[in-house]
Amino acid sequence: MKPFTYERATSPADAAAKAASIPGARFIAGGTNLLDLMKLQIETPAHLIDVNGLGLDKIEETPDGGLRIGALVRNTDLAADIRVRRHYGVLSRALVAGASGQLRNVATTAGNLLQRTRCPYFYDPNQPCNKRQPGSGCSAIGGISRQLGVVGTSEACIATHPSDMAVAMRVLDAMVETVRPGGATRAIPIADLHRLPGDTPHVETTLEQGELITAVTLPKPVGGVQLYHKVRDRASYAFALVSVAAIVQPGGTNGIAWGRVALGGVAPKPWRVEAAEAHMKQGAKAVTAGLLADARPTADNRFKIKLAERTLAAVLTEARG
Amino acid sequence: MKFDTPAATNPIDQLKVVGKATDRIDGPLKTTGTAPYAYERHDVVANQAYGFIVGSAIAKGRISRMDVAAAKAAPGVIAVVTAENAGTLGKGKWNTAVLLGGPEIQHYHQAVALVVAETFEQARDAASLIRVDYQAEAGAYDLAAARDGAAVAKGEPDSTVGDFTGAYAAAPVQLDATYTTPDQGHAMMEPHATIAAWNGDKLTLWTANQMINWGVKDVSQTLNIPVENIRLISPYIGGGFGGKLFVRSDALMAALGAKVAGRPVKVALTRPLMFNNTTHRPATIQRIRIGATREGRITAIGHESWSGDLPGGKPETAVQQTRLLYAGANRLTAMRLAVLDLPEGNAMRAPGEAPGLMALEIAMDEMAEKLGMDPIQFRILNDTQEDPEKPGRPYSQRQLAECLRQGAERFGWAKRNPKPASMREGRWLVGMGVAAGFRNNLVTKSAARVRLDGQGMVTVETDMTDIGTGTYTIIAQTAAETMGVPLDKVAVRLGDSSFPVSCGSGGQWGANNSTAGVYAACMKLRQAVARKLGFNAAEPQFADGHVSSGGHTMPLAQAAKDGELVAEDLIEYGDLDKKYQQSTFAGHFVEVVVDSATGEIRLRRMLAVCAAGRILNPKSARSQVIGAMTMGAGAALMEELAVDKRRGFFVNHDLAGYEVPVHADIPHQEVVFLDEVDPISSPMKAKGVGELGICGVGAAVANAVYNAIGVRVRDYPITLDKVLDHLPEMT
Ligand SMILES: Cc1cc2nc3c(=O)[nH]c(=O)nc-3n(C[C@H](O)[C@H](O)[C@H](O)COP(=O)(O)OP(=O)(O)OC[C@H]3O[C@@H](n4cnc5c(N)ncnc54)[C@H](O)[C@@H]3O)c2cc1C
Ligand code: SF4
Repeated sequence: MKPFTYERATSPADAAAKAASIPGARFIAGGTNLLDLMKLQIETPAHLIDVNGLGLDKIEETPDGGLRIGALVRNTDLAADIRVRRHYGVLSRALVAGASGQLRNVATTAGNLLQRTRCPYFYDPNQPCNKRQPGSGCSAIGGISRQLGVVGTSEACIATHPSDMAVAMRVLDAMVETVRPGGATRAIPIADLHRLPGDTPHVETTLEQGELITAVTLPKPVGGVQLYHKVRDRASYAFALVSVAAIVQPGGTNGIAWGRVALGGVAPKPWRVEAAEAHMKQGAKAVTAGLLADARPTADNRFKIKLAERTLAAVLTEARG
Repeated sequence: MKFDTPAATNPIDQLKVVGKATDRIDGPLKTTGTAPYAYERHDVVANQAYGFIVGSAIAKGRISRMDVAAAKAAPGVIAVVTAENAGTLGKGKWNTAVLLGGPEIQHYHQAVALVVAETFEQARDAASLIRVDYQAEAGAYDLAAARDGAAVAKGEPDSTVGDFTGAYAAAPVQLDATYTTPDQGHAMMEPHATIAAWNGDKLTLWTANQMINWGVKDVSQTLNIPVENIRLISPYIGGGFGGKLFVRSDALMAALGAKVAGRPVKVALTRPLMFNNTTHRPATIQRIRIGATREGRITAIGHESWSGDLPGGKPETAVQQTRLLYAGANRLTAMRLAVLDLPEGNAMRAPGEAPGLMALEIAMDEMAEKLGMDPIQFRILNDTQEDPEKPGRPYSQRQLAECLRQGAERFGWAKRNPKPASMREGRWLVGMGVAAGFRNNLVTKSAARVRLDGQGMVTVETDMTDIGTGTYTIIAQTAAETMGVPLDKVAVRLGDSSFPVSCGSGGQWGANNSTAGVYAACMKLRQAVARKLGFNAAEPQFADGHVSSGGHTMPLAQAAKDGELVAEDLIEYGDLDKKYQQSTFAGHFVEVVVDSATGEIRLRRMLAVCAAGRILNPKSARSQVIGAMTMGAGAALMEELAVDKRRGFFVNHDLAGYEVPVHADIPHQEVVFLDEVDPISSPMKAKGVGELGICGVGAAVANAVYNAIGVRVRDYPITLDKVLDHLPEMT
């Protein structure tokens, strides 16, 4: 860990302004990801701006019947919120499938969205890694890649985004609200928050330097059966090999009136292809074919394609009831 | 005390304290967080500085240049130790690679430097400022690729009985299958940690070490100082599983750091360093051939195993149990050792048997299926009461068949449908599996000192260790039983090299041998007590804090009224272990469910029926067995150190990447101990259970998975990607 200075921001705009003006500044929320990375010197911020205590920890209803989730709402509190459980079940389910009870008590909404990859080479500073050290190469390609991505990846990086929560938010069409260093605010569709790696895998989001996430808003409830199925090597406390977030409206010809689906564990961002959802009535095979049409798996993680298809099939069966 | 004839009735047989389910006497210290572990001994010596180890960034090659100037100049830094200023170092007998590398590098994360600073954070930060240039060399990292070049290991010749090749070729029913087990890490809770302090030329190490006496000798050999100048203190150890059998870099670097810094230094290995810096259970490739008559009698059994290690290392003795477990006139067992430049392979809980049975007990299941026999029946039919390699050499006790029969009864084995993939509950495919468990009982000398004071308090001192197994308690039980006092009249002091040399903790030999040593010392103390109290004639009775003989009774404490009585003795063994084969046995039963969509495998029930001599403390013995079953489940389903075959290291070197079971993975576990005493083993008539519990579990899981889905996975761990292609079609 490098020596760093620390301060508590006084307002969201203050936090953003400082983060943009102080060299090497970073926000710290729950710290469950950032501190681990600092200990390994994978993150080396010179200055930490604590964004706890800015009043960003509330869940409120929006005028149009949706929900506005403060950036600092803890994962545990979000999962337990009765409105979330009632109307956004997929989100509640995704949250409790992540990490452990202790971590969820501390982890925040914004921190969860911005957590970094779990690629093992990213975590070992001795190894080349384009994400950690741009231009050094990608050790995972040709190395151990069982956990890594199959779609949306690039020649430079095949890492996945490890969040469960974000996959559910993607299927819910969440918007990410921010305040920029100049004080202006904007709302980013969650689909546009995370970038694909291309040849700059170290640039992970479309946020600008100093831009602070203040909230995530969910549109008004869409109903449907909302499921999150996370597949992993052990029963708890493991990142997804593949996860499926789905909202399915039972009914119609094949038992499915309409549906939405996003995948976790397969790509550098929550993976959703809206066009593929038109095939929902034809079943999991057709949908997965659309979702993973451009997949370029490694020998180690090719199984994820079949696994995604079968997991979605199980989810659809469950949703039909 | 020499133990060379089977034990007759002795004070332990009273079973007033021994054999009773007893809470750990060190339990309150553990649950209140006050048991002093090595890194937390802030009070033992003043002015402790912090050391941080830098591990090699390459697996094989040389350091061409090292620049420590920036680290030395960093805030708070007191000293930097590298091979250049460490002086001439030897190598411990139990180490294969040296603990401080440079200029030659033998494996990834081999220690190359230690930074000592005022705070941990300063040491860690400065460590990152050390610049090391390496000249990497090509190494061998792939066991499968190195297999053909593997050689017979020193001291491990092939073992043949009869004509294996001929008998196998002639057998009407044959199995020839190859299995693999991966490299595994101990992944114990407490990392390797040491505080070192020099007083002149005398060195004290507060450390986490399972084998104090080995440790003293290896520190002596490494630092080139006499053993008299070394003291190791290790009263509490947060798990070891074999990972702490040997002195590791934390101890050496702390000692070197303290020397250079001129003040005490503490060092703990960070979790990401542990997997490559220390030892691991080596991967194996195992070929098993079994030939049998149509009635199911084994006529030929062959087991060959390939493993790798650094030059000068040892093979994983995965064929060990096959020499002993089943009958069969024609036998072949062989091991081949390849040179690999991965980190050092060494003992991990039940070395040999744990991976060996993972293969052998699948093979037995496969063979039973070929024969159309029930796998329990097949095992019982080939049971033996003598060493199959040395007919006429009996087992001291062997209740394997009884373990399997009782287990079958309790588990409801009869409800298993032997046809694979035929039991289904909704989304889940259900399977049951069985395997035999087997682990030898090793006898080795062990000493203790016992003191009696004027309050009637008995204090035991031995350099024996308690690695979380419950040693404190069984030693207290032994002393209480022998001296005829209640448990709270016994104090136990362990893990200090100034105490008599014990057997240490390893190979599941700790419980039987260390308590037998304590028993020997107590019997000597009884003589001293009797003499002191003037009971010279008949053998006096020791009970309820009193000593009585010929109608006279006196308080035990009376014997120490003029001063403490002290007795020291050791247990040493004759040749009963040559005359008899001494082993422990289990029947492991497992029920799994497999998600028919995703292939996720989850355990539903586990049962172990164990026959392991007298169970000294059923409560801690059960804890040992359920812990070992959990580890066996991990080996079966998830544990694998993933080798980067290009760069030669274990990639998943933290607890997020190296998955071990969590609570949600482990279902109801039942443990049954058969009523058994083994007078051939020791005066305690006990054996070990700490490793038996893992032996066979992996195969029981594998066999249950096969029963559930009809897919025979022969490469551990059995992860869902290996079964996915064979699951039922989905609609
Ligand atoms: C052992 C372990 C297991 C885990 N398992 C899972 C799992 O199974 N599934 C899963 O989804 N997650 C898992 N996680 C990850 C966990 O969910 C994240 O660590 C957590 O959500 C991060 O939240 P935080 O508030 O602690 O973030 P921090 O660590 O505080 O911050 C993370 C990043 O977000 C930035 N940041 C924080 N707040 C803001 C803001 N308001 N605006 C802009 N930037 C901000 C920080 O600068 C930092 O870069 C696991 C973590 C651990 C340690
Ligand atoms: S996959 Fe990405 S994170 Fe992993 S080593 Fe390659 S560049 Fe680094």
